Amino acid sequence: MSASKLARTFTATALCACAMLVYTGANRAHADDIPVIDITAKRFAFSPDRITLKVGKTVKLRLHSEDVTHGFFLRPLKLDEEIPAGETTEVTVTPQAAGTFTTICDHFCGANHGNMNMTIVVE
Amino acid sequence: MKQPDRRSFLKIAGTSLGIGVLYSAYPAALSRGEAGGLFATLGHANGEKVTPFSFVQLSDAHVGFNGPPDPLGTKAFERAVDMINGLPQKPDLVLFTGDLTHDTEDRDVHVQRMKQFQEISKKINVPLIKCVPGEHDAGLDGGALYREFFGESHYSFDHRGVHFVALDNVSRAKPEVGTEQLDWLKKDLARFPKTAPIVVFTHRPLFDLRPDWEWFTSDGDDVMNVLSSYDNVTVLYGHIHRDDEHETGKVHHYAARSLIFAFPDPNGAAGPRKPVPFDKDHPFKNLGIRTVSFNGKAQPNAQSLSVQDIELTAREFRGINGVQQILREPGV
Repeated sequence: MSASKLARTFTATALCACAMLVYTGANRAHADDIPVIDITAKRFAFSPDRITLKVGKTVKLRLHSEDVTHGFFLRPLKLDEEIPAGETTEVTVTPQAAGTFTTICDHFCGANHGNMNMTIVVE
Repeated sequence: MKQPDRRSFLKIAGTSLGIGVLYSAYPAALSRGEAGGLFATLGHANGEKVTPFSFVQLSDAHVGFNGPPDPLGTKAFERAVDMINGLPQKPDLVLFTGDLTHDTEDRDVHVQRMKQFQEISKKINVPLIKCVPGEHDAGLDGGALYREFFGESHYSFDHRGVHFVALDNVSRAKPEVGTEQLDWLKKDLARFPKTAPIVVFTHRPLFDLRPDWEWFTSDGDDVMNVLSSYDNVTVLYGHIHRDDEHETGKVHHYAARSLIFAFPDPNGAAGPRKPVPFDKDHPFKNLGIRTVSFNGKAQPNAQSLSVQDIELTAREFRGINGVQQILREPGV
């Protein structure tokens, strides 16, 4: 291998390493800075059934279905998520106004679907 | 030729029985002797002339449901059938706006419920019954079983010059119509002039009535954008188990009561939705009563739809003026 080729290889390797460091750092910062709230959907309730958020503070909602497909709908927070059966859906939300809101499952899931909801309080 | 306008085009007068709403449709111009060219235009557009008729809207029988809000099962539905058969003015058709049956994951049980719905509804002395599904009919299987029993879940037909459109906003499990059906709707309406009388019947409200109670259709605005091109549109729906009326632009929306139990006023109730408790002394109470009277006289900005309501408990209040004028004893 010529000296110039060796130099190019070294430079490319170094750039890749730097890029990986930057990427890893971003993920870490993302994971560190944004709180995660886990919410489980299972016919016919969400657990927990009440969470509290802060105005202007971004959070990630990690939604998991333990049985069938559910929805997660709250117009004022622009939440309209589908939670496929047995899977996890993530959504990031930054509330803009305080209030107490009812989030519903809007994917019909059975007889008591109409009662499947939870409360999100924004302070 | 005098051009038809909204006021002279169609008037619908009706009587809500708690079991639903009886609508009478007739061309306003008929009463003023202006029928000539107007009806020729309608006949050309719809394939037939506009002539007077009435129809009934029923909703939310939930056949198979039996629980605390209504332990009487199909009693209200059966009572409704009797009352319709007792109407002095025979309706031409019945529109059923969804939740014919209550859902179950046992297919055989759901089959039995749909058969029971058909057995009861066929006792209505009416030439035509048209249905759309509710989420309890079609939400779990995408409407497969419903279609086996009742055919397509969205379609249209003409009757005496009025164009009826059945919209399905439940079979996709979420409260939505979907792009495919929207495209179909545009094509279906394309042949009509903007003055054509159009009745849309569907299950969920096509506007945001109470989203936190799932009383909305997520792409309802897209539907309304299509309908807003027309001057004489009435939307009939169910789902909310109570009577309600609403306007979006030129479009009038009317909800019918259910045949099983009532929900409270969405404007006054905070928090989650809860049924109105069953009253054993007045088992059909809370199906509500509403009288809306748009007398149909040609007035500036007058609405073209008139509804008069009578509660399903009408027989409990036979002395009240008006009730006996409309009803006779069921079964007589």
